[in-house]
Amino acid sequence: MPITHALPHISESRLNEPSIVGQSHPHDSAFSHVSAQARYIDDLLLPTSTLHAAIGMSPLAHANIHAIDLSAVMTAPGLVATLQAKEIPGKNNYGPILQDDPILSDTLVQYVGQPIFAVAATSHRLARQAVRRFKWEATPLPAILDITEALKANSFVIPSQTLVRGEPQKALASSPFRLQSELTIGGQDHFYLEGQIAVAIPQENSGMLIYSSTQHPSEVQHLVALALNLHSHDVNIVCQRMGGAFGGKESQPALIACIAALLAQKTGHPVKLRLDRDDDMIMTGKRHDFLAQYDVGFSATGRINALKIMLASRCGYSADLSGPVNDRTICHVDNAYFLENVEIISHRCKTNTVSNTAFRGFGGPQGMMAIESVMDDIAGHLQCDPLDIRRENFYGIHDRNITPYSMKVEDNVIHLIVDQLEKSSHYQQRRSRIQALNANHRFIKRGIALTPVKFGISFNATHYNQAGALLHLYTDGTLLLNHGGTEMGQGLYTKVMQVVAEELGVPLHHVRTSATDTSKVPNTSATAASSGSDLNGKAAQAAARILKNRLIGFASEKYGLPSHAISFKDGLVHLASMPSMRLAELATAAHAGRISLSATGYYRTPKIHWDRQTLTGRPFFYFSYGAAVVEVAIDGLTGESRILKVDILHDVGSSLNPDIDKGQIEGGFIQGLGWLTSEELWWNKKGELKTHSPSTYKIPTAHDWPLEVQIELLQNEPNREDTIFASKAVGEPPFMLAIAAFQALRDAVSSFEGHAPSIPLQAPATPESLLKAIGSIQTHPSGLWSSSRLTESL
Amino acid sequence: MPETTQKIHFILNDQPVEVACQDSTMTLLEFLREEKNLKGTKEGCAEGDCGACTVLLGDLNQEKIQYRAINSCIRFLPSLHGKSIITVEAILQKDKTLHPVQQALMDEKASQCGFCTPGFVMSLLALYLNKSKTNKDEVTQTLAGNLCRCTGYRPIVEAGCRMHDYPNPSDWSQQSAQSVKRITQLQSIQSIPSTPSNPLPALSALTYWAPDNIEHLSQAYLENPQALLLAGGTDIGLWVTKQMRPLPLLIDLGNIAALKLVETDPGHLTIGAAVKLTDAFESLTQHYPQLQSIADRFASPPIRNAATLCGNLANGSPIGDCLPVLIALNAQLTLQRGALTRKLALDAFYLGYQSNALQSGEWIRSVEIPLLPGSYRMASYKIAKRHDQDISTVFAAYVFEMKADHIIQARVAYGGMAATAKRAPLTELALKGKTWCHDTFNQAVDCIEKDFTPLSDQRASDQYRRQVAKNLLIRFFLEHESQAQSMDIHHQTQPA
Repeated sequence: MPITHALPHISESRLNEPSIVGQSHPHDSAFSHVSAQARYIDDLLLPTSTLHAAIGMSPLAHANIHAIDLSAVMTAPGLVATLQAKEIPGKNNYGPILQDDPILSDTLVQYVGQPIFAVAATSHRLARQAVRRFKWEATPLPAILDITEALKANSFVIPSQTLVRGEPQKALASSPFRLQSELTIGGQDHFYLEGQIAVAIPQENSGMLIYSSTQHPSEVQHLVALALNLHSHDVNIVCQRMGGAFGGKESQPALIACIAALLAQKTGHPVKLRLDRDDDMIMTGKRHDFLAQYDVGFSATGRINALKIMLASRCGYSADLSGPVNDRTICHVDNAYFLENVEIISHRCKTNTVSNTAFRGFGGPQGMMAIESVMDDIAGHLQCDPLDIRRENFYGIHDRNITPYSMKVEDNVIHLIVDQLEKSSHYQQRRSRIQALNANHRFIKRGIALTPVKFGISFNATHYNQAGALLHLYTDGTLLLNHGGTEMGQGLYTKVMQVVAEELGVPLHHVRTSATDTSKVPNTSATAASSGSDLNGKAAQAAARILKNRLIGFASEKYGLPSHAISFKDGLVHLASMPSMRLAELATAAHAGRISLSATGYYRTPKIHWDRQTLTGRPFFYFSYGAAVVEVAIDGLTGESRILKVDILHDVGSSLNPDIDKGQIEGGFIQGLGWLTSEELWWNKKGELKTHSPSTYKIPTAHDWPLEVQIELLQNEPNREDTIFASKAVGEPPFMLAIAAFQALRDAVSSFEGHAPSIPLQAPATPESLLKAIGSIQTHPSGLWSSSRLTESL
Repeated sequence: MPETTQKIHFILNDQPVEVACQDSTMTLLEFLREEKNLKGTKEGCAEGDCGACTVLLGDLNQEKIQYRAINSCIRFLPSLHGKSIITVEAILQKDKTLHPVQQALMDEKASQCGFCTPGFVMSLLALYLNKSKTNKDEVTQTLAGNLCRCTGYRPIVEAGCRMHDYPNPSDWSQQSAQSVKRITQLQSIQSIPSTPSNPLPALSALTYWAPDNIEHLSQAYLENPQALLLAGGTDIGLWVTKQMRPLPLLIDLGNIAALKLVETDPGHLTIGAAVKLTDAFESLTQHYPQLQSIADRFASPPIRNAATLCGNLANGSPIGDCLPVLIALNAQLTLQRGALTRKLALDAFYLGYQSNALQSGEWIRSVEIPLLPGSYRMASYKIAKRHDQDISTVFAAYVFEMKADHIIQARVAYGGMAATAKRAPLTELALKGKTWCHDTFNQAVDCIEKDFTPLSDQRASDQYRRQVAKNLLIRFFLEHESQAQSMDIHHQTQPA
């Protein structure tokens, strides 16, 4: 029986698409999204026997537990089971690197919100009501809550690191100019719209199937297996999509999946654990907040002779990913600048707060914030345009091109980008106009800044830079793809499907991607570090080429054609002078000829190596670049600010999908803007996070989109390294374009009356932070806008 | 035998549903997702702040069904009796083609992770149904209650601006005469039957009751003062979803037509206890256009579509984003207890943190807002970390009775500066009888320090609050000096 039949909806015009890669295909779930048919884990239809879990959390920041009394919990309506640490059959740990993250604590709690026990009940609400009934006996211990206290107490989660290149001390001493300053940089909650969630469904032979909203299914699999005292092949993790992740679902989902799985194992029922928003914000890690202190020596032209910088981050109570996060900070203090003599000291502070984790940029943004503030300070000191100082310090093309960690910058396009952007944004004209406007306005001041981004692409940990893909060709000509990458909205599935469609010359809708699944592609890396399409695109391409070569070999033999005469294009297989055939026909013939139509592809990033001890090597395959010009206005009476105009020129190499890339740039920028302006995490003196819901934690809304925005992709600059279709990673780099907004705010603050060598603006630049900065540069003895000064007109 | 399980009748996606409501605090979102398997509506925060749970609520308004966006996550199911609900599942057309709102979102590539998208669809749909064309400002305001963490909003707003360009959907009509008739019928069904001889049901057996006239309400509340009066429920909803509090009997004001009235006489605007903030602000800003920005920035459209002004006053938050305005305008409350009513000035209503002058069984029937002539100078300012949908850090309201440049009387009220929203008596005294000039204001601002001892919390420090409270009084002065030109950078500043 012939299996070949026409696929629905293949119009001739679709078959003539010139090329699939490089086109702005819609997100593969776009229709499902807008029609609300996209299924997230909480939407899965589950057996009616499914139980709902909730977690009992520590009310204290640091305490020894003497007794946990769950008697009232156990009698709560709807309660089916409780779970405590002592009942865990395997390892009580979900820490990804060090084993210092207990799933449940029964002796010591180290932050407010730490899981102590869990319950399963017949409904989500009943489970949440039940955990509130718990009682305990505990002795509070002294708590270290912030970076300053931790530094004083030498409280660190892992040892500090120091990177020295050149002779910073000597060069500082001999510098004609020198200044010292410090900057605090706030943390950030991921605020993925879909909170942490997992559903664990017991399988036969002790197996466990888990639907987990995770960027790192393999790690969840590994940690669940250890907790359940099973093997990896017993545990299967599936993730169709996440409702946002941003790094918050790299290491954190293991906690949720472990608890769901432990309760499922204990009860034999499927168990869903979905964190309430407030619990999620209290319990799970965030972006690290930082304290940066620096001492910089420079020349009369503003060139940095030497920089000594201390970067201390609040890691929280455990290591989690803080080691690699802070390593990336070290590797991004340079941003786009050559630092000939430099000392970077990195402290990873242990505090009695939630353990901080991965978040878009992964420590890079904080390092870049520090150096960009240094640039502006130098400009302020020399009374010149900060852009001149930035240019003076850019990495050279042929010289001055070695990073502090000994990697040669070989793909530098920052000069090109900044020159283009300076012109297209009319930076100079606007800067002059702003100065004139500021001279005429006493209470409302504007500021403008242009800042560059150079972001290293690859995981610092070399072994993470590998990926696998599994590709099936069916005899009807359709393809089913699976790879280790997860879809969190970034369009990874779409891009990788474009790669496969391009390789096999089929319309995009002939390729479907199935949910990320540890039983299909094993031992995968986290979808993180912007590397998703670089790694999985290459792995899928490898799989597609293996399949294609098998088909070519088969056709070559069957039809007696040289293999170079066979090509795949427009949904057809072209066979030299023979009539072209549909891929389905060839697939059917190949299947009949007993050719395997399934292939795995594998990729590992070349050239990279990294020595964690010496902090040297080539951790990054290449760099992504970009720059932004941002204009802002500040109200000096209230500290309110507004982002007026944004111009961005960003380098994505040869874009796989320009609209998806622009979406990443827009979304990354506004998320960075939130981090640096309205998103403030605030703990009280007891170590309780008081900004644990959207009513108190303010991510940007539609109104916060700047009045005017111009975003362009850098044209005609394919990646110089051999990446997938010469594209570049785009997930994280645009986040740091928002640093221009912060520096523009600093610029606006400096336009108010008064003077300071370094504008003491702390991030996030909330109205309070801005008003404080304005007040602290006032030379007037009464400080802030004093009533006695209300004697002049506007 | 009293009826303890109440039957709720409403229309869900054009189909009548009858629900035996076991738990009167079940939210509409729980009902949709868990009972009806309508999984398109999402839970993002369960407190009405993210908009992922947005649905449309249809209610009769002058013989037509008016649809408005609400947050289903904090809406108690029984309060939907006699209403119509539209969820995102209903708007896909029969042939599976997308509604213009959805098509525009898809064409603008306005979804990334997609989790917030259904909520945006529904908020935009409300705008689509109520307007025939729209613009960027309207779209942005419509979306103030919808959070997206992926896109940066640009393509979503773009889609909103273009949705009316698409052909009207053919098979999707929400104004059918049939729907109107059905709602009218449903509204006539009493979820708790009452008889002429015994108009009040046995409330002790109930957890929820929605009386249809003021007399029954007032008598029932007098007899059951432990009951909780429910208006919009946008705060009480959180007592359930966040604090897991058991609630006493809920008496819903939403079925009493007489409480839904907005009445204007030559000197006053009277707003009834069940008037939604959306409608209250519409009337208020007709007389006081300068309050438009305050109205637009109060919570979000779905909250304003559910919450009531009097509920906000009864709730008495220390911040209360329009409380200071009403205090400065010298609004009067009409309080009722049993059959007796009394009037009380709003500024005498609050006794302390979450404590007010209501006696046991007494409730707010309406608020009466003076409509002042143009000789008054007034302004109100909201300062918050975020422009839209944020609770104010400091809120200031100034109402000055002027004769030329002479300040006859000054009413100055602040929110966020004390345990309740309150007036600044010393500051008012320093202004009263003085000339409108630098010196007067210079002296007055110093009094603010004496009038208030604000707290430090997650919104701001005490120093910031003090400083801004002073600076806003200065802004009030300066704006009038510059011909009432707004100094609000959110609306006045264009790029260089």
